[in-house]
Amino acid sequence: MTTPDPMAEIRASFFIECEELLEALQDGLEQLADDASDIETINVVFRAVHSIKGGAGAFGLEALVRFAHRYETVMDAVRSGQIAPDDAMIKLFFRCADHLSDLVRGSRDETELPTAVGEALLGELDSYLGGTPAEETEEDIDFQPMGLSLDLPGINSAPTANTLQVTFSPQTELYATGNEPFKLLGNLAALGACTITLDASALPSLEALEPENCYLSWTAELESAADAAEVASIFEFVDGLCALDISGGAAPGFPDLPPLDDIPLGAELDDVEAEAPVAKAEAPSAAPAQPPTPAGAMADPSGTGKAAPSAAKSVVRVDLDRIERLVNLVGELVINQAMLSQSLEQAGLSPHSDAMNGLEEFQRLTRDIQDSVMMIRAQPVKSLFQRMSRIVREASAAVGKDVVLSPEGETTEVDKTVIERLADPLTHMIRNAVDHGLEDTETRRAAGKSAKGTVRLTAAHRSGRVVIEVSDDGGGINRPKVQQIAIDKGLIPADAPLSDTEIDNLLFLPGFSTASEVSDLSGRGVGMDVVRTAIQALGGRITIASEPGIGTTFSISLPLTLAVLDGMVVKVAGETLVLPLNLVVETLTIDETNIDHVRPGLNVVRVRGSFVPLSDLGVVLGYRPHLEDYIDRVVLLIALEDGNRAALVVDEIDDQRQVVIKGLDESFYRAPGIAAATILGDGQIALILDPSDIISQAQSHEHSAITARKEIAV
Amino acid sequence: MSEHVKNAPVELLTFRLSDQEYSLDIMSVREIRGWTKTTPLPHAPSHMKGVINLRGTVLPVMDLAERLGLPPREHSDRNVIIVVKHDDLMTGLLVDAVSDIVALGDDDLQPPPESTPGTQPAVIKALTLLDDRMIRVLDLAVVVANETSEAA
Repeated sequence: MTTPDPMAEIRASFFIECEELLEALQDGLEQLADDASDIETINVVFRAVHSIKGGAGAFGLEALVRFAHRYETVMDAVRSGQIAPDDAMIKLFFRCADHLSDLVRGSRDETELPTAVGEALLGELDSYLGGTPAEETEEDIDFQPMGLSLDLPGINSAPTANTLQVTFSPQTELYATGNEPFKLLGNLAALGACTITLDASALPSLEALEPENCYLSWTAELESAADAAEVASIFEFVDGLCALDISGGAAPGFPDLPPLDDIPLGAELDDVEAEAPVAKAEAPSAAPAQPPTPAGAMADPSGTGKAAPSAAKSVVRVDLDRIERLVNLVGELVINQAMLSQSLEQAGLSPHSDAMNGLEEFQRLTRDIQDSVMMIRAQPVKSLFQRMSRIVREASAAVGKDVVLSPEGETTEVDKTVIERLADPLTHMIRNAVDHGLEDTETRRAAGKSAKGTVRLTAAHRSGRVVIEVSDDGGGINRPKVQQIAIDKGLIPADAPLSDTEIDNLLFLPGFSTASEVSDLSGRGVGMDVVRTAIQALGGRITIASEPGIGTTFSISLPLTLAVLDGMVVKVAGETLVLPLNLVVETLTIDETNIDHVRPGLNVVRVRGSFVPLSDLGVVLGYRPHLEDYIDRVVLLIALEDGNRAALVVDEIDDQRQVVIKGLDESFYRAPGIAAATILGDGQIALILDPSDIISQAQSHEHSAITARKEIAV
Repeated sequence: MSEHVKNAPVELLTFRLSDQEYSLDIMSVREIRGWTKTTPLPHAPSHMKGVINLRGTVLPVMDLAERLGLPPREHSDRNVIIVVKHDDLMTGLLVDAVSDIVALGDDDLQPPPESTPGTQPAVIKALTLLDDRMIRVLDLAVVVANETSEAA
């Protein structure tokens, strides 16, 4: 890392703000898509774009400013009722928002900006405005003084020069918020011939001088083609932080703007200078009007949103590293607490002693702290879902289908790292749903469905896990075709009798692709197997449900966090192991009545009339040879992804408790069936198992054992 | 502990493995711990003793004697784990006992004789004499890195 550059920091925080603004923009557009008439929503959307433009101007990001400006111009026309928004326009707005976020990210990462797309979009935007865009370019001047080149052709639209008298008296807050009067005056001077005089008459004697107060004001005589509104726009960012008086010259433009917009500003300024509201008369679209809404306060980067400070939700930005550190420390605390309780128990203290009571309280507190810390990392899946709505837009445009994404449960909170690592698999699944899942429009019509396909994306908490579902209302999985492809590709034998579920699961085989032709959308050589691997790496599972003619649902079930796990602690062959508690559906003890011997090496346990194959955990892990006798052993029934169950034999169940997950990635040996490790109360490490992996391993052992025997027999 | 300072660019930690003496560059040694019970990893090679808890992180422990092909033996309380770091990878090496820290000059180190095929060729990078005892200097990169490729 190089030494921190203050400008770089400000820039970084600008881009973080941009992300928030883009999210607000997306939200607003979605609301608009539902109800285009809501003027407040249009305002929110407009302000978001405007704020991005403002910030971008300050950093000299010309491409961004230019695009945002034209975008905002059209929005402004909608806002003022000149254009009535229709569906096509909202769609265009969405695409523009996508492009805007591309520009923001491109500017942030300093990569090449996709200008061609931007030009095309701008063309479409301009077509809504009819002949007006030329006039509107004038506004570029608002941001130009912030360090852009000065030779934009903006000024010529108001050719008559006139003389303006500008009195500018900054308040102390203006300095406190980091604004610089010199720059503002410099910008003013850039508008035309300008004489600036300093008025230091308010300066007190040295004894009375408060070093942090501001006593200076300036008067400028400006000869320029610019009108008062344009001049006022220079001071837009210090709105409310200074007294500004502009007199003489042409009357402020845009008289059609509702004077109501001025009221919050005017009221704020009244005690400063009664005349100020005149000068404030709405720089065209530049002063974002700030009606007294909480959204106004959030959307404004310049800090002038003071008008409504109370309603804004207070948020602290914290470096993720710090949170990680806290999470780790809490993990240590949990382990230590477990150690302490173990040693107190061993010390033989009475359970009613003060120490044990105190320990109980301590346990409760530890658990609370842990939950709270985990909550810090939890984030709503909303941002993820918004990215997906863009994927749907792009994917549906690419394949020429009319598709709408209907998200549900956006407020569901999931660990931040889970969200980040979910983006790629989810993108792939959404593309699949649009490309393969949904039929084309004609087929849909023929099937009597609405021409518009729907992809539903839902998130919900279900018994300590997060379930995310991607479902389409398409034709369902074409099972004969899937089976044929798998046979053609040699993935399964031609005569394999497969159940519907088994056929569906063929999609997860490596090297499988159902698209008859490889489209440029999906079918890039990454198949559902990659998706499944990614989900499994997160400790999740993915399942398919499909009904011909009705649609297909992919459902992902994920742990809430990657840091802790509710585990069942068991003992096998003297070793302590942990299994994820949520996979253990039932426990039972083996006796003569419920175990059956099928053939050597294969026992089944009877559970309410059904046979479940037994695997000895000690054998699977190589801790011990097969036992002769399983009577009185404990069996854990494990729920498998395909809905089946398997039974694992262990020696005893120790405990059920929350354990802190320690990754094994860094240690150089990675055993199959082992998901991670944890530290127990006695300081020992216990391995956390992945039961599905263990069982499939046990079954493949079984298979190889059988084939080995067969070979010997032959 | 006695010091054998000569023209001294290398300091070595010497330790015993089945009646033989070995040493490692002390710069790669992070700490020395008493023997604690390891948690075995299923299906791991036999010289991987398992993992232990090193102040909250999971540390893999290797029986150095078995890694070098020496006969396996019972563990006693005198056994210690030398925690080494190589390429940001922490590993515990189980040895019989740590003996000394010696400082040696380059002159004191002799290249090992050309090894015959089938023996551990590169694990020992030098030999040295100390009070008429031969001490083998281990190449930690080979000891640990071989492991990685075997597991991968």
